[in-house]
Amino acid sequence: MARKRTIMIFLRDVRGALLISLWFMFLTFPIMVIKVNPIERTVVWRWDNMAYVGLLSFLLYLAGRQYLKYRERRLESSRRQSMEEKTKRFLRRLSENPVPAYTLMAVAGVFALSFPFVFSTYQTNIMITALMYVVLGLGLNIVVGVAGLLDLGYVAFYAVGAYSYALLNLHFGVGFWFALPIGALLGMTFGILLGFPVLRLRGDYLAIVTLGFGEIIRLILENWNEFSKGPSGISNIPRPGLFGLEMPLETAITYLYFLMIGLVLFTVFVVRRLQDSRIGRAWYALREDEIACQAMGIDKTRTKLTAFALGATWAGMAGVIFAAKTTFINPASFTFLESAIILCIVVLGGMGSIVGVILAALILILLPEYLRAFSDYRMLVFGAVLVLMMVFRPQGLIGHRRRTYTIKPDAGRSGNAA
Amino acid sequence: MQPDRPPAAPNRTLLEVRGLTMDFGGIKALDHFDLRIREGEIAALIGPNGAGKTTFFNCLTGMYAPTAGDMLFFLPGRKTVRLNGLKPNKVTEQGLARTFQNIRLFPNMTVLENVMIGRHCRTRARVLGAVFRDPRTRREEREIVRRSYEIIEKIGLADQVNEFARNLPYGAQRRLEIARALATDPVLLLLDEPAAGMNPRETRMLDELICRIRDEGLSILLIEHDMKLVMSLSDHIFVMDYGKKIAEGPPPEVRRNPQVIRAYLGEDIVHDHA
Amino acid sequence: MDYFIELFFSGLTRGSIYALIALGYTMVYGIIGLINFAHGEIYMIGAFTALIVSTVLSIYNMPLAAILVLTVLASAIWAGAYGFTVEKLAYKPLRKAPRLSPLISAIGMSIFLQNYVLLAQTPDFLPFPPLIPEFAFMEPVSGVIGSSELVILTMTTSLMLLLTLFIKFTRLGKAMRATAQDRTMARLVGINVNMIISATFIIGSGLAAIGGLLIASHIGQINFFIGFIAGIKAFTAAVLGGIGSVPGAVLGSFILGLTESFATGYVSSDYEDVFAFSLLVLILIFRPAGLLGKSSAEKV
Ligand SMILES: Nc1ncnc2c1ncn2[C@@H]1O[C@H](COP(=O)(O)OP(=O)(O)OP(=O)(O)O)[C@@H](O)[C@H]1O
Ligand SMILES: [Mg+2]
Repeated sequence: MARKRTIMIFLRDVRGALLISLWFMFLTFPIMVIKVNPIERTVVWRWDNMAYVGLLSFLLYLAGRQYLKYRERRLESSRRQSMEEKTKRFLRRLSENPVPAYTLMAVAGVFALSFPFVFSTYQTNIMITALMYVVLGLGLNIVVGVAGLLDLGYVAFYAVGAYSYALLNLHFGVGFWFALPIGALLGMTFGILLGFPVLRLRGDYLAIVTLGFGEIIRLILENWNEFSKGPSGISNIPRPGLFGLEMPLETAITYLYFLMIGLVLFTVFVVRRLQDSRIGRAWYALREDEIACQAMGIDKTRTKLTAFALGATWAGMAGVIFAAKTTFINPASFTFLESAIILCIVVLGGMGSIVGVILAALILILLPEYLRAFSDYRMLVFGAVLVLMMVFRPQGLIGHRRRTYTIKPDAGRSGNAA
Repeated sequence: MQPDRPPAAPNRTLLEVRGLTMDFGGIKALDHFDLRIREGEIAALIGPNGAGKTTFFNCLTGMYAPTAGDMLFFLPGRKTVRLNGLKPNKVTEQGLARTFQNIRLFPNMTVLENVMIGRHCRTRARVLGAVFRDPRTRREEREIVRRSYEIIEKIGLADQVNEFARNLPYGAQRRLEIARALATDPVLLLLDEPAAGMNPRETRMLDELICRIRDEGLSILLIEHDMKLVMSLSDHIFVMDYGKKIAEGPPPEVRRNPQVIRAYLGEDIVHDHA
Repeated sequence: MDYFIELFFSGLTRGSIYALIALGYTMVYGIIGLINFAHGEIYMIGAFTALIVSTVLSIYNMPLAAILVLTVLASAIWAGAYGFTVEKLAYKPLRKAPRLSPLISAIGMSIFLQNYVLLAQTPDFLPFPPLIPEFAFMEPVSGVIGSSELVILTMTTSLMLLLTLFIKFTRLGKAMRATAQDRTMARLVGINVNMIISATFIIGSGLAAIGGLLIASHIGQINFFIGFIAGIKAFTAAVLGGIGSVPGAVLGSFILGLTESFATGYVSSDYEDVFAFSLLVLILIFRPAGLLGKSSAEKV
């Protein structure tokens, strides 16, 4: 009896899958199947694509149904609780008994430290890029993940940092170490200048204004030739120096790599401390409920501005390093897609989760580098990731955990309560 | 503009509202509403659904900008503050704290953290302090935890400090909102239907809690539909309908007021207390 | 003077195209409060479908009139289908999610669709065949207004009129207005809200597709990226007029089109897009409710 019902349900799913695959074959028919050349007036019919679309949507639908059913069943049955408890217990064990956590960190540390000596310069360079995105992701994470402000023009501050180093160096011969704080400060200044008027806006408007601002900055860089040298960009930007030492290329890259590792560690340190502070709590609260926040005496605009400016500072810093790493910059590096990639890192990693963001940055940046077949589909996948994460796992790969406090009844605390 | 403050007396006025009007493009949710609250009293604001009670709270706490009228806050030993035009967080800094009719906790933060947010406006640490953790910041942080925990103990949620707010039962969430408001060190506590959705046991606990808060020297203004609670708790009752004040006075007087009975016809007051 | 009139008509033409796209933004926003970031991509897909269909038909030597009608129909139908599908996949599961979730999902959808067309078709610009013939009677005024501009203006104006009548008088239109005002209430009085939302997406997408095909045929080339800029500009227009308001979207579009046309004509064409973006930033900062929108205090 039950078996018969299962089969019935399965058949219904198959029928659904058939309908869905028919729909998608229809939907994608003009774009996927027909390819025209309007000049030579020729048409190519790619019927095989239609078959792929049909098959893929058929399978995806079935898989999706199964997944949803599985999730529902898990929600219904009490097994869900024991599952959750199991993970909870595991996490608690991890924090109570720090040996595995420390081992993991030690392995990661050794790997990170030996990386440039084990792998080639080429690989190291890729890793530097990935670390750059880690820093950008962590910076944006303060804005989007922690404070809940959707900033789609993050790349503008990155551009500010990169161009401030490039231009200061070009005109005044300013060195990297001097430019780094200047880039950070300029990023912050721009953050405050933009943030001040726009942070009063509702969340979705804020997203669009920041997007518009990012595009304005890029278009200005592209068109104001006297200032930024336009689309041809600025080249021969020096790599970071060490007390005026001339370094061969390989050493310079290794040096840059360790600089990035240092910056990542510094960023993690700062973000962690911030999250666990008065201001960090206010950011989380702001993300949860703005009105309640204000009623609790939090200055909404000022608190948002702090998060926004801090994120911009980090982007400015990363921008300086980016200019120093590539030794050449032009406006094409600072398009909206760049902002979207960084956003994708934050969303995939889990809003507010440091480990998640680091993991996501490494996955999203390294995967396309090493899987060439994947790299063509990079942006397609990024877009899909944003949608899928929102629909199926809004908390990200690694959901953020709140800090717990142990209150000791002694130590003079209960004394006051009496 | 600001009237002279009378010398401190047990019957001293704490809050005075005159001619408060809130016009939502046609609907006058508040229509020349007057109200006066004395120090150390529990006042209640009652009225049928849609009378404008919540709107009054929203005007008072800076969420809405009233169309006309004055709201004056006479702080003991300090300058009189005109609340009109203050941003909500400034109002809270002045010593008015509120809860919400439809609970607005921070659901994904723990009980303790919710209350710690209340301490925000009484503490100072900023970004640099948070990063460097200087002794002052650390001391302040410890103080925040200590005070918050104290308040949580007082409202009886000490066992659930690390629980997410969303996981609390309904009554506990309402009490947590009170705790969060208390953490801002208010002089006047505004409670919007604190007993709504509570079972009798929870309501009794709430009754006790409110009395205890008053005994610690706070003044309370509460909006409530539970007439038994209102009658037993309050020193003074304001009744409003269609944005206007239709009656005020001590509970027995209000209960007998024919206008009040008419406004409430068929509601609890007739059944419970007729 | 001729230059002024020429700029004026080109501004009107631009504006009317923005209006066709902006209507989709504003209708969707009015009903589900979402900035449908992928709307510009629907417009782009509409233009691509039009290019593909018209080229295929012309290779098979169809008469021009038939090509025109079939192309318009095909691009509106397919764009509608895309709009419908996008809503079901990326927005419907997020109706109850926090406000930013559907927006992020929409951004993802937009990136996905761009790259889908890039990969399935081409990353390069494709020439778009002029669908609209040069009319002989337009010869004397061809210095200030071209035939395709005339067609675009008449076509968009009549579409907008039709839409207004539709929203005002048909059952579906009334149900849409009801849903926009209060979704819960609309459901209670028996309106099928899901169906209304789908219909809104389909209509908005169809209009955008017609806008896409008109402008593509006017300008003469398209690529996968045209939806991004056009989308943001149309959104600007919708916000300028007051998002959620249909006449507002039309008004905002014409203002934006004229501003752009005069600014590029008299100031500098390098900064064409900067004008629009700056306008967007300025309105949102100084008058977020737009020209015809009404600002509302959030209920606490
Ligand atoms: N932001 C707003 N915009 C428009 N009208 C509003 C707004 N806030 C409240 N109102 C209207 O003001 C009137 C009073 O509402 P209010 O919420 O103050 O009533 P209430 O006395 O708290 O009722 P209840 O007992 O149901 O909570 C209602 O008609 C309501 O629709
Ligand atoms: Mg109310």
